[in-house]
Amino acid sequence: MIGGIDIVTLIAALMAASTPVLLAATGELVAEKAGVLNLGVEGMMIVGAVAGFATAVTTGSPVLGFAGGALAAALMASLFALLTQVFLSNQTATGLALTLFGLGLSALAGKGFEGVRPPPTGKVPFGPLADLPVVGPIVFGHDWMVYVSLALVAAVWAFLKYARLGLILRAVGENHDAAHALGYRVIAVRFAALAFGGALAGLGGAYLSLVRVPQWTEGMTAGAGWIALAIVVFASWRAERVLIGAYLFGGITALQLQLQAAGYAIPVHFLSMAPYVITVLVLVVLSATHRYGAPAAPAALGRTFHASN
Amino acid sequence: MDRRSFLKTTAATATLAAVGLPVRAADPLKIGFIYVGPVGDMGWSYQHDVARRAMEAKLGGKVVTSFIENVPEGPDAERALTQLALEGNQMIFATSFGFMEAAVNIAAKFPNVKFEHATGYKRADNLATYDARFYEGRAVQGTIAGRMTKTNKIGYIGSFPIPEVIQGINAAYIHAKKVNPDVEIKVVWAYTWFDPAKEADAAAALIAEGCDFILQHTDSTAPQAKAQEAGNVFTFGQASDMEAFKPSPRVASTIDNWAPYYIKRAQALVDGTWASESTWGGIGTGMVKIGEITDAVPAEVKAEAEELIAKIGDGSYHPFTGPLKKQDGSEWLAEGKTPEDGELAGLNFFVEGIAAEMPK
Repeated sequence: MIGGIDIVTLIAALMAASTPVLLAATGELVAEKAGVLNLGVEGMMIVGAVAGFATAVTTGSPVLGFAGGALAAALMASLFALLTQVFLSNQTATGLALTLFGLGLSALAGKGFEGVRPPPTGKVPFGPLADLPVVGPIVFGHDWMVYVSLALVAAVWAFLKYARLGLILRAVGENHDAAHALGYRVIAVRFAALAFGGALAGLGGAYLSLVRVPQWTEGMTAGAGWIALAIVVFASWRAERVLIGAYLFGGITALQLQLQAAGYAIPVHFLSMAPYVITVLVLVVLSATHRYGAPAAPAALGRTFHASN
Repeated sequence: MDRRSFLKTTAATATLAAVGLPVRAADPLKIGFIYVGPVGDMGWSYQHDVARRAMEAKLGGKVVTSFIENVPEGPDAERALTQLALEGNQMIFATSFGFMEAAVNIAAKFPNVKFEHATGYKRADNLATYDARFYEGRAVQGTIAGRMTKTNKIGYIGSFPIPEVIQGINAAYIHAKKVNPDVEIKVVWAYTWFDPAKEADAAAALIAEGCDFILQHTDSTAPQAKAQEAGNVFTFGQASDMEAFKPSPRVASTIDNWAPYYIKRAQALVDGTWASESTWGGIGTGMVKIGEITDAVPAEVKAEAEELIAKIGDGSYHPFTGPLKKQDGSEWLAEGKTPEDGELAGLNFFVEGIAAEMPK
């Protein structure tokens, strides 16, 4: 306890609150590392939220629910991939359209699921470990999806850093013409990266509707997808920093609500603003240090690839 | 279609449209709505939409309605209102406090369009205001919560520190305190009307602080779901009955019953008798309804709540009756005194005993 705030509870709450944006940001990181800017994260998340919710309620299984959410959002991402990679549409406009489409589609599909209660997502049974002081609630007290999200961040980090395929993906994102000249299939790689990114956004959305809230409400992502996009920039396209960024953004929300509940009069607006201010500062620092090293953003980010170029 | 025939068709359509204009005047009157959240929030916006549909059903054929949902408070609201005005709506309902400035600005630009703004206090010749005395419902909630709480901590999720919300916090606290002197109220400001994830987090933070009653002044059912998950935590339906959470955690509800007002105003528009006025209805006029008090509430508490509802309804009791002091200890209302409506509409302080600080 520090000043009436239970730090252990705060950290435990922070981890659960941050999981949706963590998942979505990790997915978007992979897509952007492959050189595609997908602004449709919000749309994919909310489709994941409604599809995950509907699947879980229909089958009674939260595991299938998460799978359903991931699949539906991956399909959305594939649609985006088809439009931008095959039909060469503008990525920014298509991404925005995907968000609008997702918001509308989810509202329509979710009509029958309002006010329904989802099956509970279980905590991982760590037995006596969960009763340990401090580490118990923080390390061993979560539902399994929190651990999956952390494992996914670690996997993405290792994949991008050590795997041969990860290297190919980064090559495609840095210079698609060179990658193409080397015989790599740029469009196939991007398709896969986008679908993976979509699946993760879907998982994030499903976490929102199945665990964090837990219920389906129209428009329930309320901007989480945009925060995920900001986190990728904040993290300067590094998986480990995405984790920091997501917990920082999520943590500040959890912190300010807990501070208020504990009776502190705090300037909520300043706290809410803080992550964005830090993001701007990070961008400034990045562009200042740019001169001395490689730029943080993938060089081919947002650029259209066609084999004829 | 080749270019020439396309041009011909376009010209023909344009001519038809121009010729058709006078005919349209005899068509049903168009009435537009803007909502701050989605219709599917199952709370505030949903309830306005219920009333919109009731209006259309009642005045069948004489009016057609349309709505724009998820309109953010601020400049976007002006855009949405302008769009509705340009589409030929003769009356437009702006259904959130934060649409006030937008409604004032757009009402000045379209003097022939009638505007109705919910929960605001700025009027014009073509801008009426209407509001419900939600605090009457809060008095009932405070009584039930004060009687039933085991931890003596009541959590309150506020949206924005505006008079409408402050009235509710005060009314809930005064009546909880009246039946349970040990009760305290914890307030969390969400700074949003609708964000299920944030509302759920706010509820979770209050539950973690030991609150076993969560009152909400936000629009979604997320706090209800969170309370249900926690167990042994009770809530009240907000704006809408939220009957999906009966019999517990939702033990009662305050229902915003806008339909009679909407029908009356639409009828006035059809009859040509519409005038700008300010309406503030409560339990007495039926604008505020208390939803079923479930069996989770002990019978004697239910009886006490029903008596309170009856007394507020017939006007024999005002939820803000002196002696009442302000938070800083200074006198607000003397013994037996009740506040003027104008004073309530601008209420910006907590009453004595509330520990939370008012955000600046």
